[in-house]
Amino acid sequence: MPATLPNVLVTTEWVAQHATDAGVRVVEVDVDTTAYDQGHVPGAAGWNWTTELCDTLVRDIVPADKLEALLGKNGIDNQTAIVLYGDNNNWFAAWAFWQLKIYGHEDVRIMDGGRKKWLAEGRDLSTEKPSFTAKTYKTKTPDTSLRAFLPEVQQAMKSKSAALVDVRSPQEFTGEILSPPGLPETCQRGGHIPGAKSIPWGKNCNEDGTFKSFEDLQALYSSQGITSDRPVIAYCRIGERSSLTWFALKHLLGFKDVKNYDGSWTEWGNLVGAPVEKP
Amino acid sequence: MKPEELTRRQQEISGWPVSIETYKLGDVFHCTIANVDPGARLARADGATREEAESRAIEKATRYLKQTRKFEV
Repeated sequence: MPATLPNVLVTTEWVAQHATDAGVRVVEVDVDTTAYDQGHVPGAAGWNWTTELCDTLVRDIVPADKLEALLGKNGIDNQTAIVLYGDNNNWFAAWAFWQLKIYGHEDVRIMDGGRKKWLAEGRDLSTEKPSFTAKTYKTKTPDTSLRAFLPEVQQAMKSKSAALVDVRSPQEFTGEILSPPGLPETCQRGGHIPGAKSIPWGKNCNEDGTFKSFEDLQALYSSQGITSDRPVIAYCRIGERSSLTWFALKHLLGFKDVKNYDGSWTEWGNLVGAPVEKP
Repeated sequence: MKPEELTRRQQEISGWPVSIETYKLGDVFHCTIANVDPGARLARADGATREEAESRAIEKATRYLKQTRKFEV
């Protein structure tokens, strides 16, 4: 695997030069859904993960028709290069990336360093919401090879058919806390899926918010026995932190078989009879 | 517009490490407080001054962090 800058990442400088190019759409997706309104990359659209990147009726990723409408109204067609960025080192940018790949969008990239690096560099921010000429978007058949559901995770736990990577904080992994500090508890039991390795998502990133190098990422995962010759399933609490780890494994390290288990701990930790390991 | 007077620091609130980010855009100071691990936003507030924005955000963050329970493992 070549140790070159992957074509799924662009720099903040690239975005500053190309954000409003024809055929490019920059989109901010934040954990903090109000961050976009506090200033964003000029010309960028803003997506709300709590309403626009999920099914708001049943617990599921965004339905195809809803995604088609979202992309279309943002002036995105199937040929558009979508550049995602956001806060918290691109947590929800990765969440959006994962869903766009499930629906087969070809050219999706992440601005390396996200909002953190853009701000630190003192680059322009705008509070104006841009308007776009609507386009028609058609999703492809969902690629379910990128997503793990509960039965597959249960099987992986029993048969060791896939490596399980828990990307939550060490305190969540041990069960000392049931949710990230200050956030509502969303599970009945703390701990982790038996056999899972603890590799917190933040270890994928440098202090400035950019992703670590190919070599550093490879060293991080191989030191925990996570290698490309075995399927991997990543999980966290609701699947957004693990989508960042999924991105790193799949698109920065080039692992062939990596899935994001978006049911994650809010499913497993609430499941009657599910085995839990502590610490 | 360019963000001005950007600061980031870490401190403890109710025994939890948090990061506090504040910057000025136009005439408004924006403050966001996130837990250090995993980095999720807890509270945000705006103000006419840095002190005003941060004190409002810290008040909210304190309220939320006090509700976090720790279990023996």
